[in-house]
Amino acid sequence: MILKPRPQDFVVIGYYLGKIILGLALSMFVPVFAGLVFFREASPVLDFLIAIEIALIAGLLLTRACSTEKELNWMQGMVVVSLSWLVAMLLGAIPLYLSGHWKSFLDACFDSMSGFATTGLILVQDLDHLSFTHNLWRHLILFIGGQGIVIVALSFFIKGFSGAFKMYVGEARDERILPNIIHTSRFIWFVSIVYLILGTSALAIAGMANGIRPASAFFHGVCIFMAAFDTGGFAPQSQNILYYHSLPFEIITIIIMILGAFNFKLHYHLWTGNRREIVRNIEMVTLFISIMVLFFITGFGLTQLGTYPGLAVLFRKGFYQLISAHTGTGYQTIYAAQFVNEWNHLARVGIICAMSLGGAACSTTGAIKMLRLGIIFKALLEDIKRIILPERAIVVQKYHHIKEIFLEDKQVRLAFLITLAYFALYWFGAVAGSCFGYPFIDSLFESTSASANVGLSCGITNAAMPAALKYIYIFQMWAGRLEFMSIFTLIGVFVAVIKGK
Amino acid sequence: MRNLFNVKCVMFNVILLYTLHFTHYTAFAQPVSARELIENAQAYDGKTIAYAGEVIGDIMRRGNFAWINVTDGEKAIGVWLEGHLLKQADLLAGSYRSTGDLIEVIGVFHRACPEHGGDLDIHAFEIEKIAPGRHNPEASSFNTGKRNAAVVLLGALGLIWILAQLKFK
Repeated sequence: MILKPRPQDFVVIGYYLGKIILGLALSMFVPVFAGLVFFREASPVLDFLIAIEIALIAGLLLTRACSTEKELNWMQGMVVVSLSWLVAMLLGAIPLYLSGHWKSFLDACFDSMSGFATTGLILVQDLDHLSFTHNLWRHLILFIGGQGIVIVALSFFIKGFSGAFKMYVGEARDERILPNIIHTSRFIWFVSIVYLILGTSALAIAGMANGIRPASAFFHGVCIFMAAFDTGGFAPQSQNILYYHSLPFEIITIIIMILGAFNFKLHYHLWTGNRREIVRNIEMVTLFISIMVLFFITGFGLTQLGTYPGLAVLFRKGFYQLISAHTGTGYQTIYAAQFVNEWNHLARVGIICAMSLGGAACSTTGAIKMLRLGIIFKALLEDIKRIILPERAIVVQKYHHIKEIFLEDKQVRLAFLITLAYFALYWFGAVAGSCFGYPFIDSLFESTSASANVGLSCGITNAAMPAALKYIYIFQMWAGRLEFMSIFTLIGVFVAVIKGK
Repeated sequence: MRNLFNVKCVMFNVILLYTLHFTHYTAFAQPVSARELIENAQAYDGKTIAYAGEVIGDIMRRGNFAWINVTDGEKAIGVWLEGHLLKQADLLAGSYRSTGDLIEVIGVFHRACPEHGGDLDIHAFEIEKIAPGRHNPEASSFNTGKRNAAVVLLGALGLIWILAQLKFK
């Protein structure tokens, strides 16, 4: 029997949703401040003031109408998280749409969800003339989404409470770095801010060395860092990373993308002196092997066509797109059409596989993730050992993830379940794309990119694509970023409201 | 003598046509769009082309050379040119605050430039300013409609806040 949610459930959900909306409203003061003080852009600032006012009205109404002191249970926590991301998409899209650079509110919502989910697919028009204020917001939503919208609220706007962990898990972060979840959230912010300072400085210096004016180099540095570390893939100019025509810039972004793909727990251990963890950790070992294998496939595909003159050029182009795909960033140093016209199927299959796998768990990447892949391989090894060894032999499989962990069926089942869910999501989008008349391999490429929150495009994503496909990609980005559980819970609650007793 | 002259003319024309058609570099008088270049990169690879568009973003000087990015309104392509060409043209680059100079570039197109790490680019040997850019005065002004909407919403927000405070008390 399905139980109908009680009115009290909606009150609690509304209250915490209101708090998160207020948090989002406050985050919009960053572009307002930058727009007034640094960029002196009056009209774009107005777009943000309107969005802030709408968010504050909605947040105030919800927190007052649903005022409660009750704490969240699992169901409520998951629903708050899934709804928060939808609300964030709508609110984040308001200033974008008001700028006039998006053809419709749906397009603005698409880019907003793409930003919050750290995907990087874009429908913006004439990006090269977009205001600095709006451009900063595009990159800031990547940063907020990468850290986790709820983590932002947890860290700054919600005092410690036991329900925090439920929302933290709902955002696909199931690892506690520190015993207290608020301290964990703050550590994630601390790591990100330190890297923000270092990464921005490195990119700004590289930009100035490339001939960009200091103020512009700093702006590009901040934006590119936020997009690379949070594995988002937005860039301030329409040519993405190709705009800079710079090897140092590409090398720095590769380093930042890889750092963004690390587990925050691994960051913590590296920072506290446990440097051996980087070579022992199952995620790092799996990531290294995966990159090697997939680069071999991609590189082999590229050599067949002879598009690139010489191995050094082939390595530079192939490796950059592969790292960008594997870390889920989506930065490109080639045009989308070149994927279709100048890369053969084998090279594209290598990139699709890299996109579908992603980076480490508890990082800013999306997709299946290295921990699950590692666990599945360990389970496979265990089964092979069982077959080979005598029946009476006791087979025990362990893996190293910060500490030695015995492999349990429960972990394997969960890893398989989420992996299957991702594959289903990839195929769903690919079939949908094919139904709209796109070639299957291109549809699979774009669908995997959206679901795994990567952002590489082979050209399907543009403002002229069917609206239904835009909705499908928005759903894929949302489901892929939250790793299904909170989405399943939200669907379950809808079913319970209709069918429950 | 006249016949000999005609034979020479025909031979010259044949050689010229052969050179234009079969050699590595082919001249295109009409500007080619960015989409055409990107989607048919192999066909234009290594050929001399004309490309027109607006200069956008930063003008990046690299020693005696420079990179500029030129958009035709749909896609932007990087153009590599010598510093003296840049100096002659004295370019204004487009951004939110300005519309950049509209230029025409004559140069060699590369689908994967060996000199620049495989980038799709144009090595220009001639640029011409077709129309000058201009600053955008709207960048620093308020939009009246948006200003009114912001004031109305501010009023609504204030009202809701006061009512919420009263209810709370």
